[in-house]
Amino acid sequence: MFDTLTDRLGNIFGRLRSKGKLSESDINSVMAEVRTALLEADVNLQVAKNFQEKVAERCVSSELHKALNPAQQVIKIVNEELIQILGGEALSLAYSEKPPTVILLAGLQGVGKTTNAVKLAKWFKSQGRNPILVGADLQRPAAVEQLRTLASGIDVPVYSETSDPVSVARNGLQEAVSTGRDVLICDTAGRLSIDQKLMDEIWNVSNVIKPNYTFLVIDAMTGQEAVNIADAFNEKLSLDGMIITKLDGDSRGGAALSAKTVVGKPIAFASTGEKIEDFEVFHPDRLASRILGMGDVLTLIEKAEDAFDQEEAQRATDRLLSGQFNLEDFLDQMQQLKKMGPLQNIVGMMPDLPQGVNPNDVDETRLSRVEAIITSMTYEERDRPEIIDGSRRNRIAKGSGTTIQEVSLLLKQFKEIKRMMKGTIKPSNKRKKKSSKRRKGKQNPRAKSKIVETEKSFDLSEFGSFKN
Amino acid sequence: MKSVTSELDKTRNNFSFFSKLKRRSHLDNQVWGEIEETLIQADVGVVATSKIIEQLQEKTKEMKLSAAESIIDILKEQLKGSLTKLDCALNTDEELPVWIFVGVNGVGKTTSIAKVANLKSREGESIVLAAGDTFRAAASEQLEKWADLCGADFIKGADGADPSSVIFDATEHAHATNASLVLADTAGRLHTKTNLMQELEKIVRVANKGKGTVTEILIVLDATVGQNGLQQAKSFAELVDVTGIILTKLDGSSKGGIIFAIAEELKIPIKFIGVGEGHEDLVPFDAEEFVEMLFDFQEET
Repeated sequence: MFDTLTDRLGNIFGRLRSKGKLSESDINSVMAEVRTALLEADVNLQVAKNFQEKVAERCVSSELHKALNPAQQVIKIVNEELIQILGGEALSLAYSEKPPTVILLAGLQGVGKTTNAVKLAKWFKSQGRNPILVGADLQRPAAVEQLRTLASGIDVPVYSETSDPVSVARNGLQEAVSTGRDVLICDTAGRLSIDQKLMDEIWNVSNVIKPNYTFLVIDAMTGQEAVNIADAFNEKLSLDGMIITKLDGDSRGGAALSAKTVVGKPIAFASTGEKIEDFEVFHPDRLASRILGMGDVLTLIEKAEDAFDQEEAQRATDRLLSGQFNLEDFLDQMQQLKKMGPLQNIVGMMPDLPQGVNPNDVDETRLSRVEAIITSMTYEERDRPEIIDGSRRNRIAKGSGTTIQEVSLLLKQFKEIKRMMKGTIKPSNKRKKKSSKRRKGKQNPRAKSKIVETEKSFDLSEFGSFKN
Repeated sequence: MKSVTSELDKTRNNFSFFSKLKRRSHLDNQVWGEIEETLIQADVGVVATSKIIEQLQEKTKEMKLSAAESIIDILKEQLKGSLTKLDCALNTDEELPVWIFVGVNGVGKTTSIAKVANLKSREGESIVLAAGDTFRAAASEQLEKWADLCGADFIKGADGADPSSVIFDATEHAHATNASLVLADTAGRLHTKTNLMQELEKIVRVANKGKGTVTEILIVLDATVGQNGLQQAKSFAELVDVTGIILTKLDGSSKGGIIFAIAEELKIPIKFIGVGEGHEDLVPFDAEEFVEMLFDFQEET
């Protein structure tokens, strides 16, 4: 849809004729592109402006990085800053000495509070706790029924009554205490942050149950107003954290950055689907790359330098581009890919997908099946998959707990991807290193980068144009 | 570094943008910058904003304007123009028209149906509501409560039933009881889910097979949603013939500026706007009012 930040930065750096340091106006051009990228990702304008100042500071004082060209270096900085803001201190859930630990959910209409109340309950159960749900949304028709239906699926009781939200909350707390529940999750009605009456109401609810944790539930697709919404709820309720929802969509999720910047409390959980199990602890790095919208395969592979050391990253890239990429490489990359973000997005970024490979069909659960299949292969088989005949396929299928059809499909798709990658991207100008020994087993993710950083300024002299 | 909240306070508490503008005399870069910021903060989007400003700059050059105040009317007209080009009328031409409500999760489809049912029954239509959301817990119960409120007939299926058959049954029932309009709810679905989008195609196909004819496919868009609103509209319109938009939650602080990009790229008109959770909180779309609301054109007292 939009040009990637890499492309746009590429245009700027390509245009720069003079060698030497990046001038102030060059930095401004670069920052303008960064800001545009953030705005297109729905990051609030003021937040984006503040953010770009931080990035500009780092760019000016940045040290030269051997394996990355300037555009990639800027992206690396932006990515790191995003992760830092989105992450920071994780939420440490401390259970109340006097049970129950009370959790209050607040937010606009339609963000997913009710569904996530149940997801939270399930999560607490998995932590060995004994939760109760309190249905204090008396506004929307059948809201409590929805809560009850969902909760019955995970065997968690629901307390509600047809009075008013404050009474429901108060009596719900009573019920929790008398039935020995150690966690109480209170669902509330969606409300506009500018509706004074309803904001007062939720304050009253909060006042009566004195939550240990108040979470703002925010929809990943929220636009510019995310900042005002988060601010208003925070002012009223003193938030302890946030839950970001509907991450299974394709919105870039900039609202999360806006909310986090303004509230300053951790994003605790991420909801990634409509089903109750689609709930996980929040990963700042995944959202960072989503906000950035890295639609550039080269940039993604370069990101591998976080997991591999520099030379291995280059080696992997060269192997991919020259067609030597084998299933062993694929397995390693896949395991690193897990850290890079939603697989759907990554596959969707690949140009000219072969027939039958639809990004929407790719999901994370398939990843573990594919992993299992490759792990059941011998090194020989991973290196030269063409030797995998019927009997080998059978053995592999049995060993991985999958089917021969799945094994065959993987081999077919891998072949296609390999063929496709070979012709797509021009290899870099850097001298290719030939590794003399075969890599066996997994990479050591802790291997440190061996590159010595020598220059102090953001210097373009080493790099030519990196246009395709 | 300034804190974000202090910057926000500036934009929030102060006078409306155009009152500020009136105080400026010249049309300088700062003014253009402020216009750009106002549009962006209204979720108009970077690309659409720059197009709007380009056009505005051309016009002001043409008309040789230099006073800041003069561009207010021009901007208003320009924005209004991009929205009024599209036909906002609702189609009930067929013998038994069927309107299907689609959209992603949480936008206000069910509440919007209730509002439309209320409006239309006041206009004399006899309505059948089809509980086509067979996925979400208690979705049909929610719609049923609305049906009771406005006296419409209500058709639902079992939990997890095929939504196409529920809507088909509703059209049969409507025909048998001489109803004049069928309003069909569907489950919220993210446009990124291929199987769910294909299900929607089927729903529309099947709805046309019976005695009814689908004359409106209304996508419900949440004004709070940012740039993704465009992608939602695009994706739905690719698969089914989206005839109109219901833009909801405009009683909130979000402005819904993404509709300009939608109007420009997809030519889909807004038919209604939702301004609250009650069944009366629906107004037919009026471009002039919408643009006024966008910039809080009212003077502060």
